[in-house]
Amino acid sequence: MSETNGHSEKKRLTNPPKTVEIRITRREKIGAKQYTETFELPYRPNLNVISALMDIRKNPVTKDGKQTTPPVWDMNCLEQVCGICTMIIDGRVRQACSALVDDLLVASGSNAITLEPMTKFPNVRDLKVDRTPMFEHLTKVKAWIELDGSYSLGPGPHMSQEVQQERYAYSRCMTCGCCLEACPQYHEDNYIGPQAIAQARLFNMHPTGKITIDDRLEGLMDDDGITNCGNAQNCVQVCPMGIPLTRAIYETNRDITVNALFGWLRK
Amino acid sequence: MASKGLKIAVVGGGLAGLAATMKIAEAGHDVDLLSIVPVKRSHSVCAQGGINGAVNTKGEGDSPWKHFDDTVYGGDFLVNQPPVKAMCEMAPEIIYLFDRMGVPFSRTKEGLLDFRRFGGTLHHRTAFAGASTGQQLLYALDEQVRKFEAEDKVKKYEGWEMLSLVMDDYQVCRGLVAMNLQTLELKAFQADAVIMATGGPGMIWGKSTNSQVCTGSAISACYQQGAKYANGEFIQVHPTSIPGEDKLRLMSESARGEGGRVWVPKNPGDTRKPQDIPTGERWYFLEEKYPAYGNLVPRDIATREIFQVCLDGMGIGGDNQVYLDLTHIPAETLTRKLGAILEIYEMFVGDDPRYVPMRIFPGVHYSMGGMWVDFEQRTNIPGLFGAGECDYSIHGANRLGANSLVSCVYGGFVAAPSAIDYAKNVERKNTETNGIFDAELRRQQEINDNLIKQTGSENQYKIHEEMGKVMTDNVTVVRYNDRLQATDDKLVELLDRCKHISINDSNLWATQAVPHARQLQNMLQLARVVTLGALNRNESRGAHFKPDFPERDDENFLKTTIAEFSEESPILSYEAVDISLLEPRKRDYSSGKSKAAAVNDKKDAAKIVVQGNEEKPEGVSRESITEKEGENIREGETFNEEKN
Repeated sequence: MSETNGHSEKKRLTNPPKTVEIRITRREKIGAKQYTETFELPYRPNLNVISALMDIRKNPVTKDGKQTTPPVWDMNCLEQVCGICTMIIDGRVRQACSALVDDLLVASGSNAITLEPMTKFPNVRDLKVDRTPMFEHLTKVKAWIELDGSYSLGPGPHMSQEVQQERYAYSRCMTCGCCLEACPQYHEDNYIGPQAIAQARLFNMHPTGKITIDDRLEGLMDDDGITNCGNAQNCVQVCPMGIPLTRAIYETNRDITVNALFGWLRK
Repeated sequence: MASKGLKIAVVGGGLAGLAATMKIAEAGHDVDLLSIVPVKRSHSVCAQGGINGAVNTKGEGDSPWKHFDDTVYGGDFLVNQPPVKAMCEMAPEIIYLFDRMGVPFSRTKEGLLDFRRFGGTLHHRTAFAGASTGQQLLYALDEQVRKFEAEDKVKKYEGWEMLSLVMDDYQVCRGLVAMNLQTLELKAFQADAVIMATGGPGMIWGKSTNSQVCTGSAISACYQQGAKYANGEFIQVHPTSIPGEDKLRLMSESARGEGGRVWVPKNPGDTRKPQDIPTGERWYFLEEKYPAYGNLVPRDIATREIFQVCLDGMGIGGDNQVYLDLTHIPAETLTRKLGAILEIYEMFVGDDPRYVPMRIFPGVHYSMGGMWVDFEQRTNIPGLFGAGECDYSIHGANRLGANSLVSCVYGGFVAAPSAIDYAKNVERKNTETNGIFDAELRRQQEINDNLIKQTGSENQYKIHEEMGKVMTDNVTVVRYNDRLQATDDKLVELLDRCKHISINDSNLWATQAVPHARQLQNMLQLARVVTLGALNRNESRGAHFKPDFPERDDENFLKTTIAEFSEESPILSYEAVDISLLEPRKRDYSSGKSKAAAVNDKKDAAKIVVQGNEEKPEGVSRESITEKEGENIREGETFNEEKN
C-alpha cells in the first residue's frame, strides 16, 4: 500500500548482506608504505561510512581476526558542511559522513566498500590528509574584503538578489578538496586549482572587493596560476556543494584579460 | 612579530574565538590561536537559521529593547540582564559589520538586508544567508583573521588541543599547555591573557546535534583548575532531530507546522513498514494528549512527550525513535514548502520523507550553562576570559533561536578589549621565571605517559557510550532526583574505570585514542556538574524540568548555580541574578487558546500578521506562513513560542 504517486524511488538495498566488508588503505605515518586491511561488520540499517569506522575503531580486529591499530580519519560536523571527512570511497572522492552504506552497496553490487585517503595532499596517517595548502592558496589570492576597521561604520553596499545568490553559491565552499583531487592538472604546487579561483571570484564580485581586484588577480597569474587549467571540468562534477567552478574560472580569465588590457591602456 | 605588543592566546577558532582574534589583532597585539580542527571547520558552520539583531527595516517598530525583553523572557529570567541588553544593543552593528565583510546575506528587492521571523519574537529580526548563516559568518571572520595571519599578527596552531592552564603562585593565569594532535608533542604557550572560546559540551551525551570537537574538555580543564562553572544543568534539547548511527541532525519544527504528525505503532514490536501500519494501529500521542495544539504543542512539551514515550518502551521497535509523518501531504506541496530540510533528511537517512515517515527523536542541542564570566567576560581566574557557548552569560534557562550566533560574536567582541585592558594594567609579581611552564608541561606529560602505559580491561569508547546513555536517559528532558543521584554515582564509577583503560592504539603518531581518553575524563567531570546542578535545583525552569517540582520557584531558585571543582564532588553555591532592568514575570506561551486568538490579543502582533498577509499568496493560512519562515532553518528555532 505504499503510495509512491509516480515518484521514482531510488534503488534500495533489497537483500542486505549479513556482513559488510570495509577495506581501508592504511599508512602508519607520513612517508611509510601503504597497505590495506579488511574489516568485517555485521550489516545493520542506517550505517554511514563514519559509523562503520566508529565501530571498527572501538574494536580494531581485521576480518582474519588480527588485532590491529584503530584506523585514523578526520571528522567533525558530520552534516557535510565542515568538509573535513573527505576521502576516496569506492573510487570516488566525497565526504564520509554523507556516504551511506546501503547506497554504496547498491551502487557496487557487492558487500565491500573501499576507503582510501585523498592522493593530492600529504597523507598523515591512514585516511587523514593535510590540506594546509588549500588555506595557503586563500592567502595567495587575498580571499577577503579589505576593511578600514571592524568598528561601527554602518551597513555595507547595496546588492541585488541576483549578485547575492551568485556569491552565495561560491561562499558555500567548505575547502574539502574534492575539486583538487579530481583535477588532472592539480599536483602539489604546479596549479592553484579551482577552489582558490572560485574564492577570488567570490570577492571580485563584491562591490567593495572589486576595489582590490588587481591584488587578487595577481595571485592567479603566477606560474601556478589560472592558465594551468586544462578544462577537464572534473571539478564541477565532484563538488559536493554544487559550486559553479568552471564558471568562476571562465569569468576570472575574462577579468584577467580585461584588466591586462585596461592596465596597458592606463600606462 | 612585534615585540612591544601584548600576546593573547585564544583557544577555539569558531565564531567567538575568531571574533576575539580579529579585534585583538586589529588593536595591534599578537594572538596565538589554538584550534583542534582548522578554524574554518569549527562547529559554528552548523548554525543555519540566522543571526538576530533589531535593525528594524520592516516598519515594525522593533528595537534592541524588545530584543532584550524577548531574550530575557525566553530565558525564563535566569540571566543577568545588563550583558543581555548590551548584546542586543550591539547586535545591529554586528550584522552591518558582517555585511561589510562580504557575507552574502539574503537581500530584499531594494538590495538591502532581508530579515525573517524566528522563534520567541513577533518581529522580523533575523538576518540570514540562505540556509547556512553560521557557515557564512564563520567564513567572513576566518577571512579577516587570515589577513591578519598574513601580516604576522596572528599565529594559528591548528591541530592543537589545549590541556590545561598555566597558573602562577598567585593563581593568576599566565598561559596554557596544549598538545599537538599529530605528534603528541606538548608545548607551553605563554600569554598575557587567555580567552576560552571552545563551544559546547554536546559529546557528553554521546550523540547530539554538536560536532565531534564539542566535548567541553578544555573548559572542564579550566574548571578543574579553579574556574567557576555556572548553570551547567541548563541544556537545550530540540524535539525533532534525525537519529543517526553517528550523530543527531536537526529536523526543523516547520515540518510539523506544515502538518507533520508524530506517532508510534501501538504495538512497539510491530515490524511492518510504517506505510503498511493502518491508522487504527498507530498512536498519535501528541494529538491524543493535547487535542487543541496537537503536534504543535510548545517545544519543551513536545520534547518531553516524545522522550517519555520512548523511555516507556513505546518507541519504534522499542528504540528511541518516533515517526514524524508527512506522507499524507502531497509530495509537490512538501517539495515547495519544505524542500531544503527534506533533502537533508534524504541525504543522511536515505529515505524520501515525502513517501516514508521520518524517524525522529529529541536531541541535545545547546548548553545555556558554561564557564562563569562577569559583564566584561572575565572569569574568576585573573587573566582568563570566556566567550561564546562555553560561557553562561546570555541565554538563561533557555536560548532563543538565532541568538547563539549573535552571542558568540558579542562575547568575542567584549572579551578581546577586556583581555587587552587586563593585560595592559595588570601588575605582575615576580613569577616570570620560576619554572611554572616547565612544571605544568611535566605534569601534563606525566598524565600522557601514565595513560599510554596503563593497562586494564576497559575500552574508552565503551565508557563514552555508557556516559552518553546514562546522561541522555536521565539528564536531558525529564529529571528525577533519584535518577540524577544514580547518574552521578554512575559517573563516579565511570571515572574510576577510566583508570583501567588500555589505549588500543600502539601507534602514537596522530593517534586519536590518547586525546580521546583525556577528553573522556574531562567530559565525565563536567557531566557531574550538569547532573548535580540539576539534582539540586528543585524547580522547573526553561529547559530544566522536574515532574516532582513542576513550577518555577523564584523565591528559592531565581539564582545562578555555581559549581567549583573538588576531587570529591563539585561544590555548589548560588548567586543572585541581576534583574535590575526587567521585573520577572510568569513565562507562559501556552494559555491554551488557539493560535489566532492568542496572537490577536496583542495589538502589535495583529499588525504584523496583517503585514505578513499582504505578502503571501492567496489561500495560504497565517499558520502556514509562520511555519514557512522556518523552512531551511535548523538551528534553534522556536516557532511554538512566537505563536502563543
